[in-house]
Amino acid sequence: MINIVWGIVFVLIAPVVGGLIAGIDRKITAHMQGRVGPSILQPFYDVGKLFEKEQTVVNETQTFYAICYIIFMIFTGALFFASGDLLLVIFALTLAQIFLVLGAFAANSPYSYVGAERELLQIMAYEPMVILTAVGLFVATKSFNVNEIAATTTPLILLLPGIFLGFLYVLTIKLRKSPFDISTSHHAHQEIVKGVTTEYSGPSLGLIEITHWYETVFLLGFVYLFFGFNPLIGVAAVIVIYLLEILIDNTNARVKWQFMVKSSWLIAAVVSVVNLAALYFLSGGVP
Amino acid sequence: MTYLAKSPWIIHYDASSCNGCDIEILACLTPMYDVERFGIINTGNPKHADIFVVTGSINEANREVIQNIYNQMPDPKVVVAVGICACSGGVFRECYNIAGGIDKLIPVDVYVPGCAARPESIIDGIVTALGVLEEKRKNRVSSPMVTDHDHKAHHKHAEGGAQ
Ligand code: SF4
Repeated sequence: MINIVWGIVFVLIAPVVGGLIAGIDRKITAHMQGRVGPSILQPFYDVGKLFEKEQTVVNETQTFYAICYIIFMIFTGALFFASGDLLLVIFALTLAQIFLVLGAFAANSPYSYVGAERELLQIMAYEPMVILTAVGLFVATKSFNVNEIAATTTPLILLLPGIFLGFLYVLTIKLRKSPFDISTSHHAHQEIVKGVTTEYSGPSLGLIEITHWYETVFLLGFVYLFFGFNPLIGVAAVIVIYLLEILIDNTNARVKWQFMVKSSWLIAAVVSVVNLAALYFLSGGVP
Repeated sequence: MTYLAKSPWIIHYDASSCNGCDIEILACLTPMYDVERFGIINTGNPKHADIFVVTGSINEANREVIQNIYNQMPDPKVVVAVGICACSGGVFRECYNIAGGIDKLIPVDVYVPGCAARPESIIDGIVTALGVLEEKRKNRVSSPMVTDHDHKAHHKHAEGGAQ
């Protein structure tokens, strides 16, 4: 039941959509801060520029890891949009993320190391909730297949409000938004430590940027799953959620990693247990 | 115009500046001047930067840092000296610890005079630097690796210091 066409559409369209989302994000952020802000096409200019720059590497394998990162991220998204297995999608996402960490560890630099360690902490923080989201979707729809989940007529958001809230919480981590932009951030430009991307420059940094666009589109697709019963509401919800993320980004200061890990685990444990238990009893005890 | 001129990323280093020029550079980032509308971003990482903005002049403590930052930036790159201190040493030119303007150490492409340089003239300097940047890209200029090998610490500074 793999839908190849949608997978290919994702591979081709996602960078355009993701780049535009990043541009609109920067524009809205600027307006929130009372500035005019850059052009909406600015992310494309940035990446175009990065590919015009010289490639300097500390360690040759760094570039290899950056390429693996983008390949696995594209694979994750394509599998998702081609309606593959949700669990496989999540594991591929983790693998992609690990390549980013390896790339940062490959350069023998303290800043890069700190970024890599923090990226690992982020993975640790969001992973339980992401898996529990998949579990929740399975309990509600009896399927791990993305297509079947998206095509269910029951409004999943009403069955899984707790899981959805938990997912929103970790979405902020995944999108690298404040208060959880602890490994690297798109907006705090003046910090010395640019986290995982510290040792990347030129084309390989451009690759990482494009990977983030793919990732954003994939994550917003994930949000859509909860609203699959009505495409119109689904798209509207995705837009509202992203605007909400921008608002959170602009109104919160970065927290310590301890708080991030503890709070996301606590929320994952509480909301998913309550939500899954409620679902279990509502369905008359038949899992 | 290529992408390079549309997305110049800056690294700002405060050499022995009195902080006057630095405040003016920060003023460029505020909503009043908002340089991000030109795609200009103040990065903190030399490896991501295209333009090296230096304020203040060279002394014994920062000459190594300036060279290090310059060497780490990938080509094409330009250097903008902001403030009269960075251009020539300014009022501190005669001081015993000052070795002169930034161009004593690394090749400077644009000089922005003024004490302190106004945000308008800093932005003007950066825009001029974009032209230089574009030219360097077209001609594939590779910047030299600057070193300090022949420098002896605390010798009587040529030209800049009181003689
Ligand atoms: S030029 Fe003037 S304001 Fe700028 S660093 Fe020198 S003394 Fe300070």
